[in-house]
This record gives sequence, C-alpha cells and structure tokens, in this order.
Amino acid sequence: MDGYKTPLYERHLQLKAKIAPFAGWLMPIQYTSILEEHRWTRTQCSLFDTCHMGEILISGSLNESGLDKVVTMNLKDLPIGRCAYGFMLNERGGIIDDLIVYKLAEDKWMLVVNAGPLEKDVAHLKKHIKTGLKNVSSETAKLDLQGPFSREILKQWVTSKGLDKLKYYHFSHFPLLGKQTLISRTGYTGELGFEFYVPASKAEDLWELFLSDKRVKPAGLGARDTLRLEMGYPLYGQDLTEDTTPLEAGLSRFVDFNKDFIGKDALLKQKKVGITKRLVGFVADTRRAPRHGYKIWADNQEVGLITSGSFAPSLGKGIGMGYVNTEYAKAGQQIVIGDGRVEIKAVIAKRPFYKGGSLHIG
Amino acid sequence: MNIPQDLLYTKEHEWIKIEGNKGKVGITDYAQSALGDVTFVELPEVGQKVKQFEPFASVESVKSVSDVYAPMSGTVVEANERLEQSPELINQSPYEEGWIATIEIANLAERENLLTPEAYKRYLEEEA
Repeated sequence: MDGYKTPLYERHLQLKAKIAPFAGWLMPIQYTSILEEHRWTRTQCSLFDTCHMGEILISGSLNESGLDKVVTMNLKDLPIGRCAYGFMLNERGGIIDDLIVYKLAEDKWMLVVNAGPLEKDVAHLKKHIKTGLKNVSSETAKLDLQGPFSREILKQWVTSKGLDKLKYYHFSHFPLLGKQTLISRTGYTGELGFEFYVPASKAEDLWELFLSDKRVKPAGLGARDTLRLEMGYPLYGQDLTEDTTPLEAGLSRFVDFNKDFIGKDALLKQKKVGITKRLVGFVADTRRAPRHGYKIWADNQEVGLITSGSFAPSLGKGIGMGYVNTEYAKAGQQIVIGDGRVEIKAVIAKRPFYKGGSLHIG
Repeated sequence: MNIPQDLLYTKEHEWIKIEGNKGKVGITDYAQSALGDVTFVELPEVGQKVKQFEPFASVESVKSVSDVYAPMSGTVVEANERLEQSPELINQSPYEEGWIATIEIANLAERENLLTPEAYKRYLEEEA
C-alpha cells in the first residue's frame, strides 16, 4: 500500500487499526469496530486523526487579498475568532472544494480544505490571491475530539473558563501542552466537539494526552463517515463535485449573493432557469445499505443516482444521499434504489437523519 | 484465527459442517474479521437450489457487500432467520450462532473439492 502517512501513522499501527488508502493517504478506517466507534462517539468521546486535511494561511485584508472573491461565504461580517463554512467555485458554479475559513485577525485567515482536492485548491487560490499565501498542511496536525463528554474531558487539560463559552463555529487559542493551541468548536459528527491545530511535531503528544483518559477512544474514518452521513453532511468528491453547484446541493445558505465571487454569474443563471437535479436524503425500509453508484427509481423510471450510502447505526436502517430530478425532490417521495441485483425501498426524508446529537449543547 | 477441526472450508472463506446428508453453512472467523461489523445478511430461500462454489447469499458490512458461495450443491432446507434482526451474530459467533443456512447435500462426493482445516490454515497463511 502506497500513500502519505500522517504523524500518527505509527500510533495507528500500534493500535492495530485497519489501514486503507483515502484521498492518497494511508488512514485508519477502524480500530476495533466501526459500529462500536460510532456508538462511542454518539454517547461518550472519540478521538480522530484528521491530519490528512489541508490548511492554508492567507495574509492580507479581505479586499486586498482577493479572498472574498474566491469563496462564497459572507466574510465581511465575520468577527475574529469565528469560522464560516462555504465553497470555492469554478466559473460554471461547480464546487472546487467545500471549506471552513477561520478569521485569525483582520488580515490573517486560515482555510481548512479537504485532502483530495488540496493541490487543485492551492493552484486555484494562487491564481486569485494577490497577497501572502502559505500551504501549511504538511507542518500542521489536526485532531478532532468529538462526543457529548468531549468538553468535560477536555477541561482537565484546558482550564480556561473560555472553553465553556466557546460556541459552535467559534475558535480561540488556549494553553495546552505548554503552548497556545488553536481550538475550534467544530466537527463532522453531529456531536459536541472540538478540532485542534498543532505543529506536526506535537501530534503524538496530543494524541497520547487525549487517550490517557480512558473515556476517550480512537475512532477511524469508517465511523467518521457513518456519523457525518447520519447528520446529512455532504462529503466532497462524492456528494459535492465540480459538476454540482451549491444550488443543486441545497446549500445556497452558504453562498452570499450580496457580494461578488467566482461562479456567481453561473449560479444566478441557474437560479433563473431552475435546477434540474437536487441532492436529497433518504431512509431505506431495511438494514440493507444503499451504496454509492446505485440508481434511484420512481414511477418506474430512473430519476437519480446515489452519491453516499451506508447502514446507519443510530437508526438501524440504511440511509443515503443522492441527486434526483427536481420533481421528485420532496420529503415523503417513495423511491426504489438498486444496481440491477439489489433492490431497496426507501423514502426521501429531511436531514439530519439522526436528531439526538449533542452538537449545540451550551 | 479460529479454524475448528470438524468443518470443511472453501477458498472464499465459507465453512460447512456435514452431518449425514445435510450441511450447515456459514462464513469463517477470518471472513467475519476481514469484513468488519456485519450489518445485513441476504438469506437464501428455503427450497432454493444451490450449486457448489456459486453465490447463494450475501453479507453486507458498513464498508462492503460480499457474496457467500455454497460449499456444496443441494437444496436449502433452513435459513438462520435470527440474522435478519441480529446480523452481528456472524461477528460474535461465526461457527455457531452465526450460521447462515442448512443445505440438503445433493452429492457427498463434492466434499473432495473442499479444504480440510489444515489446508485452509495453510491457504490463509499463503494469502497473508
């Protein structure tokens, strides 16, 4: 097996993780069991290695840098210490990547992007950013602590009262392992949780520190996928691609139409003409999982394609997401999913599929 | 890896326990471990005819869908319906409670095409 290794690769081997390639990286898929790791995250606290993700620093004010034009979210009104989710689009309005922008200072920003598209992201940014741009992905480690007990557990090491006040999609620097550490209240699981950005050389120390509390268990990308899917969070490369727009993905709330950005003309045109396909979520009437690539049928005709699907541990049923012709994109619509051999009955449903998450506690 | 002595095996990691003209069939400890958590089992129908080394059931885990191949030809006389609600039995007890089906064996001579426990163990070592 060939691929990049995160600074925690040896730890994963010691823990006897199942390793598999993901977006060019050799990542832990599971340590013991995807279902156990999923349930532990929903009820306790899990630790994820997300070092494969990319971090890009941009210096310069919003207007000087050109950043405002490259991403879709409203950054003008974003205070320092907040993060915002949005997209980088091509001229056709297709999604180059989805990302989170951290406003570190009036003239300093951090972009957190997906591992797969990192290189094309950097190339795209270099074309449009007029001030300083630095890809710090390889020297930055990212760890995620996620679960209803994550804050209580974290408090033994981060004693600042500020941790209690840290709201969803806010971040701050806290002393941890003797250094100021960027901690954001973000995640990809639907649970209360935090993401940590540290120098790659500190990754192992932080990993060991978190696992020194027996209430914290490592969780792999397998559980990360079932957790995000139960929340209906899209995954870049599957649910979002250069051939889908934020309108088709039903994510226009992350697009600020009051500003100028690359892809805006295409989106405005699409708005006027109307979209022909739309991303929907669905719940199967069986434990059998809809799978990426299966077709979606309704009224005896093919009406769409599945982009993500799995067994949902919290629901005990198959769930998935996919694009369907707009006329079928309504909650309650009965569909049949299959690949010619497998046939699954499902119904289009509102997301999140799992509604019991601790995401917004406090 | 647990490889019981009283069973015969296939290269696709199924086992069969032959008693008289009947054979109880499941997937091996190695197979369940490689699959990870089993989340769904498509059972064969009782009365269904099966052919040696052809798929007759399927097992889904969070990450994959895998065919289960019949170790011997015959007719399905019983399917383990507990797996419909509790597919995790395959992980917890692959050789006992996680059995998939019982087949009435058409031709006992087909057992010659199967692996003994020793041969299956060697096969796993070569695969690794």
